[in-house]
Amino acid sequence: MSAASPATGQSGTTFLLTLIVRRLASGLLTLFLVALVVFIVSGLLPGDAAQEMLGQSATPEAVAALRQQMGLDQPASIRFVRWLAGLLGGDPGFSMVANMPVADIIASRLPNSLILAGLSTLVAVPMALTIGIASALRQGGRLDRALNTATLSMVAVPEFLIATIAVLIFAVELRWLPSIALVPASGTFLDLLRALAMPVLSLSVIVVAQMARMTRAAIIAQLGLPYVEMARLKGVAPARLVLVHVLPNAIAPIVNAMALSLSYLLGGAVIVETIFNYPGLASLMVNAVTSRDMPLLQACAMIFCGAYLLLVLVADIVAILANPRLRNR
Amino acid sequence: MSAIPDAKNPGWAARLPLTGKVGLGLVIFWIATAIAGPWLAPYDPGAFAHQDVFAGIGAAHWLGSDYLGRDVLSRVLSGARYSVGLAAAAAIAASTTGTGMALLAAVSPRWLDEVLSRFMDTLISIPSKIFSLVLVAAVGSSLPLLFLIATLIYIPGAYRIARSQAVNLAQMDYVQVARTRGEGAAYIAIREILPNMIHPMLADFGLRFVFIVLLLSGLSFLGLGVQPPDADLGSLVRENISGLGEGAPAILVPALAIATLTVGVNLLIDALPRRRGSKEG
Repeated sequence: MSAASPATGQSGTTFLLTLIVRRLASGLLTLFLVALVVFIVSGLLPGDAAQEMLGQSATPEAVAALRQQMGLDQPASIRFVRWLAGLLGGDPGFSMVANMPVADIIASRLPNSLILAGLSTLVAVPMALTIGIASALRQGGRLDRALNTATLSMVAVPEFLIATIAVLIFAVELRWLPSIALVPASGTFLDLLRALAMPVLSLSVIVVAQMARMTRAAIIAQLGLPYVEMARLKGVAPARLVLVHVLPNAIAPIVNAMALSLSYLLGGAVIVETIFNYPGLASLMVNAVTSRDMPLLQACAMIFCGAYLLLVLVADIVAILANPRLRNR
Repeated sequence: MSAIPDAKNPGWAARLPLTGKVGLGLVIFWIATAIAGPWLAPYDPGAFAHQDVFAGIGAAHWLGSDYLGRDVLSRVLSGARYSVGLAAAAAIAASTTGTGMALLAAVSPRWLDEVLSRFMDTLISIPSKIFSLVLVAAVGSSLPLLFLIATLIYIPGAYRIARSQAVNLAQMDYVQVARTRGEGAAYIAIREILPNMIHPMLADFGLRFVFIVLLLSGLSFLGLGVQPPDADLGSLVRENISGLGEGAPAILVPALAIATLTVGVNLLIDALPRRRGSKEG
């Protein structure tokens, strides 16, 4: 982060606000550029929706007429602005494939994705913090090395292996859980939990490893600093040292790790959603790829990119707020 | 990590910790399989060699049969070539392009550096899976296109790591000396800066390879990657998904194969002596 030197006489709060506003502006610029990339890339191939709707046998006149009706005869820059305005206004276009507004399709899937991501967060964050802190406390010890090898391996394991093993254990061998996450329309809360258990478990396992590794690294980076030695010499117990002295100082990198991992829970859930037939947004996007439903694909991509940028933004703002040096200027 | 002074000394492999040796063994095993796999396959990977589908482990078919009764071992041996080869090619292309552009940025005027970096920052803000889905939808998924897609997605990460290295090195005294001596930008980039960032970039290359293997096998698993009749390890998991309920080796073996490949590379990189670099990208 490039913190510019503040003008003299500025109060701490104003300075903080300036930093945050600048960070917000940079985030918005990135989002705009991402939208531009998504728009350009998804229009790479020749042929357009009008042609596709009418099929090969359509007369050129009919295609031209429909194209004009859909606004496809406009130059790309105008279509981009129109698309962007639609996105911001909550109307990301019309899906030719499903013959309904993209907003309606997404509205039916988004809550499912949010429930899955939310539950996985609730499971994964405490686990990751515990593992990260435990290995940092025993740095170099047997527990740390075992956890290090375990998380290092988990980071590289393909998601479908984790999901497959979960199915084999809990659905095939133990028969505790259904192997497909069919969320019953009129089920009880318990039914919902049972249906979600394995997707949540698989996703948690995937993100915990990354989060735990970064938590450990953040804490260990602090352990070498003079204030930690001071506290140690003062006779502070190791657990208290980490929880009370070190953790507040490591909050920024830890929140950053959380943000990166949590952004994974939305878009990265593609494979887990597919294996368990979970009706989330990510599997919707895969369907959009298969059916070449470009408006839907673009909207999904922008939701995932927006969520990612938002999480990173929040992490950066937390980092700015958590830094007492910036606060007490 | 224990500090080993120089990885180039003879016997560096012998000095790796146990996890590193396991990793090295797995990496060598998979490279050998990718090269020799098709010749070692006991059956034609496309032949219906078994009368049962989803057969278990047996003497004639070591790893059982798949959903059409084909030999799983033969299919894995042939599929490894796509998983390892395509990912290695894309990782090499992404790392060299990223490094080259980073060197260019380090010795170029400031505006070019800023434009390049802004562009890369934009691309890096698109989650890799999402980006790959958009690209596959836009251009399709033949083998050359998959190579290009994976390369494009992982160039920005390589660029970011390489640029942070190169910009720091460009401030070093010996680079200043070379500049004062009147050396050209190309000489400075290639002879002064590049040799000093090779090691971190090799470690980064390994990580990038892992990311690409996972991305491509994920795409194949979704049916959007390598298309039949070709099959990489991800396609093998996909086509045998109906054997999940029986716990057939046909679905577990290819999934485990990918895991041993990527975990092996990760263990090896982690055991190599290096400064802690930034991950992810």
